[in-house]
Amino acid sequence: MTVLATYVERDSPVHRLPAGAKLGGLVVIAALSVLVRHWWQTAALLVVVALLYAAAYIPWRAAAAQLRPVALLVAGIGVFQVFVAGWERAVLVCGGITALVALAALVSLTTRTDALVEVVVGLAGPLRRFGLDPERVGLLASLGIRSVPVLVGLAREVRDAQRARGAATRPVAFLAPLMVRSLRHADQVAEALAARGIDD
Amino acid sequence: MIEFAGVSHAYPDAAGQATTVLREVSVRLTEHRIGVIGANGSGKSTFARMLNALVVPSVGSVRVDGLDTAREARAIRRRVGFCFTDPDAQIVMPTVQEDLAFSLRRRHLPKDEVARRVEAALDTYGLAAYRTQPAHLLSGGQKQLLALAAVLVTDPALVVMDEPTTLLDLANAVRVRERVRALAPQVVLVTHQLDLLDQFDRVLVFHEGRLVFDGAPADAVAHYRGLVLT
Ligand SMILES: Nc1ncnc2c1ncn2[C@@H]1O[C@H](COP(=O)(O)OP(=O)(O)O)[C@@H](O)[C@H]1O
Ligand SMILES: [Mg+2]
Repeated sequence: MTVLATYVERDSPVHRLPAGAKLGGLVVIAALSVLVRHWWQTAALLVVVALLYAAAYIPWRAAAAQLRPVALLVAGIGVFQVFVAGWERAVLVCGGITALVALAALVSLTTRTDALVEVVVGLAGPLRRFGLDPERVGLLASLGIRSVPVLVGLAREVRDAQRARGAATRPVAFLAPLMVRSLRHADQVAEALAARGIDD
Repeated sequence: MIEFAGVSHAYPDAAGQATTVLREVSVRLTEHRIGVIGANGSGKSTFARMLNALVVPSVGSVRVDGLDTAREARAIRRRVGFCFTDPDAQIVMPTVQEDLAFSLRRRHLPKDEVARRVEAALDTYGLAAYRTQPAHLLSGGQKQLLALAAVLVTDPALVVMDEPTTLLDLANAVRVRERVRALAPQVVLVTHQLDLLDQFDRVLVFHEGRLVFDGAPADAVAHYRGLVLT
């Protein structure tokens, strides 16, 4: 299950780059990507991304797994663009989306969460003036990342429980128990944090 | 050392009324391994949570190593580790080694000391192969071992566990049991799996909020069976 790209341990130049630099680079490229005008610029970007994956020693399979969730969407947009605006435009748009998703995935594949969280803590530094503890912001970020697979698991349990009882899955019948479970989970997490001494 | 002096506890219910769930519990626990058993709703979890200041008694006092839980919650939590039933609720960080390091975050230890302790815990709990794995890819038993390791990496003087094997299959429950048997700190273990307690020094039986029996494991289990099956 690839809800979020997960860290792949390798000893590579890309892994060794500081987390802040990688995140910064990602933001810069995303911002510049709106300036791209020619299909060959997108193609060049895709080549660069592929080279970065190679430099990070990320296996093809892991790279492909990151793109699978958006593949269908990109394909749909591509077909639409080919008919409406021509193949050059299709390469530009689809290539751009693919390159950015792949780059974002590359950052999380090559950066440990605690390093990413440290960047968040650093960025949140100025918030101290408004009485916000940057450490807390970082903790929230970790909790957020950690809770994605847990919530996916809870959703699966609710769906299975309803299927087992032969119930057709109606949105309300699904969301209500999911909410209850999520809240209960949140409660338990809060208590566990307190037990680990993180309530001050 | 654990000391309950005249402890009663009531949770406020939705209507603002108080329902008493623990009544006049006074006990002093110095043994190494202490078990707690009793029916659902008999007050075991409330009792256990009091040891870590997660619940402060409405009447009476709870002391751990002389510290009053009502006044020194922080110091208590540095000394008392707590292991819950559902490891998913206690694993805070996305990967195994990050979660272990998280436990040591507020200890103000030098970085290499944190790394050394994390390494030792990974080894002791057979988690070394999973160090950079996301926690959600671990099996239930491995998750519980991680949760336990995350508690023990801080060197607590007392470890409280509230039904730590309830969600585990037999093989994993046995693994956790072996770990519990080997623990150096004092242990208070709440469980429905009575065979977990056979080598314990002392077992408390709760019934409807009262501490109704206190003695050797076999006698406690017999007493509990008598309460439930008659
Ligand atoms: N936070 C709470 N608020 C209100 N009532 C609670 C709370 N926690 C437990 N109770 C009630 O207290 C009683 C004892 O609960 P508990 O200590 O969890 O027992 P046990 O662990 O033996 O099942 C139960 O009736 C339960 O419903
Ligand atoms: Mg309980």
